[in-house]
Amino acid sequence: MRILDRLAHIDRRLIFLTIGLAVAIPIIMKLKMPIRISSEVRSAYETIEDLPEGSVVLASIDYDATSAPELTPMFRSFLRQCFRKKLKVVYTGHIAIGLPLAQFDLDMIATECGAVYGVDYINLGYRPGYTAVMIGIGREIRDFFAVDYRGVPVDSFPMMEGIHNYGDIALIVDFAHGLAAEYWIQYVVSRFGVRMFACVTGVMAPTLYPYLQAGQITGIIGGLQGAAEYEVLVGQPESAAFGMPAQSIAHLFILAFIVFGNIGYFISRRKK
Amino acid sequence: MKREVPIIITFLTGFLCVIAFFIPHPPLGDLQQRFLVWYAIVYGFTMVLGLDSLLKYNVKKITQRKEGWQYSYVLLFGLALVLVTGFQSWLKYGTPFELRSSFMYCYIHIIVPLQATMFALLAFFISSAAYRAFRARTFEATLLLVAAAIVMLGRVPIGKMIWSEIPVVSDWLLNIPQLAAKRGIQIGVYLGGVVMSLRIILGIERTYLT
Amino acid sequence: MNLLGTWIAAGLTVAILSFLYRDNPFYKFAEHLFVGVSAGYWVIYIWAFDVKPMLIDEFLRQAGVEKWLLIIPAVFGVMMLMRWVPRTAWISRWPISFTVGIAAGLALTAQVQGYIIPQIQATLLPLVSIGKTTSETIARSFNNIMIFVGVVCALLFFYFSREHKGALKVGSKVGIIFLMIGFGASFGYTVMARISLLIGRLTFLLQVFGLR
Repeated sequence: MRILDRLAHIDRRLIFLTIGLAVAIPIIMKLKMPIRISSEVRSAYETIEDLPEGSVVLASIDYDATSAPELTPMFRSFLRQCFRKKLKVVYTGHIAIGLPLAQFDLDMIATECGAVYGVDYINLGYRPGYTAVMIGIGREIRDFFAVDYRGVPVDSFPMMEGIHNYGDIALIVDFAHGLAAEYWIQYVVSRFGVRMFACVTGVMAPTLYPYLQAGQITGIIGGLQGAAEYEVLVGQPESAAFGMPAQSIAHLFILAFIVFGNIGYFISRRKK
Repeated sequence: MKREVPIIITFLTGFLCVIAFFIPHPPLGDLQQRFLVWYAIVYGFTMVLGLDSLLKYNVKKITQRKEGWQYSYVLLFGLALVLVTGFQSWLKYGTPFELRSSFMYCYIHIIVPLQATMFALLAFFISSAAYRAFRARTFEATLLLVAAAIVMLGRVPIGKMIWSEIPVVSDWLLNIPQLAAKRGIQIGVYLGGVVMSLRIILGIERTYLT
Repeated sequence: MNLLGTWIAAGLTVAILSFLYRDNPFYKFAEHLFVGVSAGYWVIYIWAFDVKPMLIDEFLRQAGVEKWLLIIPAVFGVMMLMRWVPRTAWISRWPISFTVGIAAGLALTAQVQGYIIPQIQATLLPLVSIGKTTSETIARSFNNIMIFVGVVCALLFFYFSREHKGALKVGSKVGIIFLMIGFGASFGYTVMARISLLIGRLTFLLQVFGLR
């Protein structure tokens, strides 16, 4: 009984330490676990697989460092899949503070896949205005992005020839940690009829299931698990897949703490 | 003048956006596009509005030697550091976003770790909160707890190792009852959003003018 | 230089994590530094991605009426900054009303076309859905009924214009069951997201210390 009582009154710093170790030890030990592929991630993956060579994909970077561990692996896998399939990637975003993060990945994966800036991909940078920019691109992308992120006119790049609005874009892929994914669906997908799938954080993923069932998006890659599944599908498991054992063990400990808390609650209720 | 003109501006711009949705052809579509570009420009200015109060507050804190005034120097140093490196990188490379620039150096080695770790703290707090607050007090609370536990297990590989059907149950929870709940909430939210937009355009809702 | 940067990043990471023990000067230092650099970063960003390319460069590039029309958003932008002076703060209402009007106009149509209509359509599913096998028919029909009942009952729970009695009470009670499952699932996903962030930071720290 005394042990149960103690379990019901654990100091918060002990909880912090346990969670820290539950995450750190699997990382140090380089544990591995099999990744099961869910239907929503597979359908996202197949959306890109079904695109013909040379199609233009608009990637929107709507996250920053606060969610990079979840979204960076998704973005890297997405780039690998696009460059291998010889798709053109137009890159923009609505979270200014996150854009350079993705720029590092873009340069890294482009070098790895032999993609050339201005020919296979372009970084248009950021413009304030969220939904206004999203809708404005529907008429002419140059009205907002006359120059790329370094101030070079977009018309000087061969890949931008013939890309003017959503009519020239085969797919939108949003990497989001906030409401941006919903904005893209509501303001762009519905209005301009572009196909889209969303790569989002675990916090945002549940919100997008209604859109998936309604057929407004073709897939959801949600949280670190989604990222790990996507890595496996693309054939290059990295940080997300390697993070899943730590994720699993941390979840087990949190569940154990919830059980301890409830045991304590029921004991104290019985005493009363 | 102080209230009437803003209300008229709101009505005209809001009404134009609604009409241009149905008639996107010139001149309405062109006018909307011009307004959207202006919106993006003006929106940018709103984002630096907070700078003034941030500066005033911290300078005041230093001059009046309020508690923790030393940290205000750190804040001002951080601000100055990024501004100096930003414009220095601009002069040197023609853009601050050159990956070798001092501005990007600050970004990668200061902003990213600070921002990421600030949010990583939440992992500890959510664990502690779950331990303290997640109680099966009522039938509804138990449902919440069980659904959370199934999703927590079903969305990680260990769930399948414990019982192969956990991911299936978790997928069903997310795709059926969770979806229905979210949709019910969101339909209400967006109906409210439509009404609010109408009230704003028609000048009934004026709280943004205060 | 990169090594120094990595150690600065590691030091700042540890300084923020030290808050887990208790509030302390290292954490306060890192916290204030974060606010300062973030504010500076926004200034550079707004200059680089807004004022320069959309106003200054465009003004230099355009000719005729197009050139001079750019004065309007520039003036609106300056009027927005009038908020900094209490006596002239009212002037900022003009650009604010401009942005509010556009946002409201865009949202009005987007929310109807992008959410309300497609989501209602996706809820009105056939309550008996024939599959290839009997079990598939039962499963599909059951799921369709669950979605329909769940959405309607969740909406009923938030209907406060009438007292929850009789059928409305039953409906809202069923609604709360769906809502609780929904909140629970969201919580589960949220836990996952938070742990993922910690995995990211600890992986970085362990790499710095040569443990990964």
